[in-house]
Amino acid sequence: MTKTAERRPVAHPPVRPLPAPAPAGRRRRRLADQARAHGFLLGGLLCFALFSWYPAIRAVVISFQRYTPGSPPEWAGTANFTRVLDDPEFADAWRNTLTFTLLALLIGFAVPFVLALVLNELRHARSFFRVVVYLPVMIPPVVSALLWKWFYDPGAGLANEALRLLHLPTSHWTNGTDTALVSLVLVATWANMGGTVLIYLAALQSIPGELYEAAELDGASLLQRVRHVTIPQTRFAILMLMLLQVIATMQVFTEPFVITGGGPENSTVTVLYLIYKYAFLYNDFGGACALSVMLLVLLGAFSALYLRLTRTEGDT
Amino acid sequence: MTPDTRTLISPAALARPRGKALYWTVFTAVVVLFALAFLFPVYWMVTGALKSPDEVARTPPTLLPEHWRPGGYTDAWELMELPRHLGNTLVQAAGAWAFQLVFCTAAAYSLAKLRPAFGKVVLGGVLATLMVPAQALVVPKYLTVADLPLIHTSLLNDPLAVWLPAVANAFNLYLLKRFFDQLPRDVLEAAEIDGAGKLRVLWSVVLPMSRPVLGVVSIFALVAVWQDFLWPLMVFSDTGEQPVSVALVQLSQNVQLTVLIAAMVIASIPMVALFLVFQRHIIAGIGAGSTKG
Repeated sequence: MTKTAERRPVAHPPVRPLPAPAPAGRRRRRLADQARAHGFLLGGLLCFALFSWYPAIRAVVISFQRYTPGSPPEWAGTANFTRVLDDPEFADAWRNTLTFTLLALLIGFAVPFVLALVLNELRHARSFFRVVVYLPVMIPPVVSALLWKWFYDPGAGLANEALRLLHLPTSHWTNGTDTALVSLVLVATWANMGGTVLIYLAALQSIPGELYEAAELDGASLLQRVRHVTIPQTRFAILMLMLLQVIATMQVFTEPFVITGGGPENSTVTVLYLIYKYAFLYNDFGGACALSVMLLVLLGAFSALYLRLTRTEGDT
Repeated sequence: MTPDTRTLISPAALARPRGKALYWTVFTAVVVLFALAFLFPVYWMVTGALKSPDEVARTPPTLLPEHWRPGGYTDAWELMELPRHLGNTLVQAAGAWAFQLVFCTAAAYSLAKLRPAFGKVVLGGVLATLMVPAQALVVPKYLTVADLPLIHTSLLNDPLAVWLPAVANAFNLYLLKRFFDQLPRDVLEAAEIDGAGKLRVLWSVVLPMSRPVLGVVSIFALVAVWQDFLWPLMVFSDTGEQPVSVALVQLSQNVQLTVLIAAMVIASIPMVALFLVFQRHIIAGIGAGSTKG
């Protein structure tokens, strides 16, 4: 009551006196507000329902069905899962995917970290470095894949040419069963390193300089400073990027599809590639969805970990 | 030069003669490394397309084309029907951008300021999709697009197959919602007292105040569609509708290497140009998005 008493003399523009609404009118207006709020929400909501929520549920449903487009689906129990599990490519695909992820963590993680560490010390041409390191990220992934396919070419490829120039033995690159996967990891690392480096740089810049000063006064050497100041201070960024990278690399598709076609001898078939094959080569959507569900469960667990970490760190 | 902030190595150590020498050695090494690792491949691609087909296949390779032949580029433009495929990509990216801006902005505005019933549930559902890796869901999503529930239409080979799923982008929606949350309620209420409807408030008050976040979302939306490969590979089986990324791979077997390389360069130009123009914003966005911890 006091509020209205205070307001009365000043407010109320003469143009639009607020009518004292009857209870029924207020309810109607609240309904109208709700209708309007949901009207704004409608388009986005519909798209999420159709292209995110529904497919997620559908993946699970179809994984228990015999499903070919055009004919009505039949329940198949766990037949899709057993069939997929019995496929010799299944083990290959998972092993390759996990190896890829592991190698990407080793190569694609250590290299950008060291690079960011060095770049952060440089006092000149910073924006130049930042632009150049991010350039490959902006090149379409298909183009980077084709570009590296050309580099790896056993004949006129630049990769072997460079080795020859350094008097090193040449490699089979993507043509050897033992080297193909590593070669693909190199492509992915080259193409995506820019983002990682920039995030690290930002994290490094947020470290208070006094910490380094104090450590130096205590007689800490360069490496000790990295170990006891830099790494603990960027712990959060490191962990976050690691999880994101696991989630991203577990879904690798473009490089094996474009560069090696899964070969030689299935040495670069990944899980997502196998999903693609089940759906579009074998026309077996039940099997493809069974594989998708497996990938989904594994990566969902990783994502949950990621969200949990961001939330707890965000609160502090 | 940036103002001296203390990093791993102290400014004093750098000022000493030995430190200076070491600094410039490392600096040169990094410049050479960056040039070799990141600029040289791009140079190799641009000049490779200018060489003759025999010269590209020759070992040892030539650093400069013997004869500069722009023919590779003109051939790629015509033989690979690049105008058509670039046009398709442009239509797909522009549409995805427009749909995302309209629907995500409206939804974010509603969630942030209009208090819809079940708003929390909707937001939770949107955020939950962040946990589901997009690529793992492409097959059921493809089946949905191929036969939309209830209306039973197929969106295959239709740009709508890219436009509509692009709206279901939880990250961009959340980004917008977070930004709208921060807008002061007084300003919006003042506009309403002046007689503006909700749509008017969104259009004339909220959007003009949201330029930075709209810019970020726009860049994300454009880049995502331009760089995508698996989804357009699935939904555009009709060659005439394929974006440039899919067409490049489909045609890569049947054209001369120089022509393919020229096409690769042309396909990269729009995104690289976008980056060079907006690099300051893009780089700042990447850094800012990550260091809240």
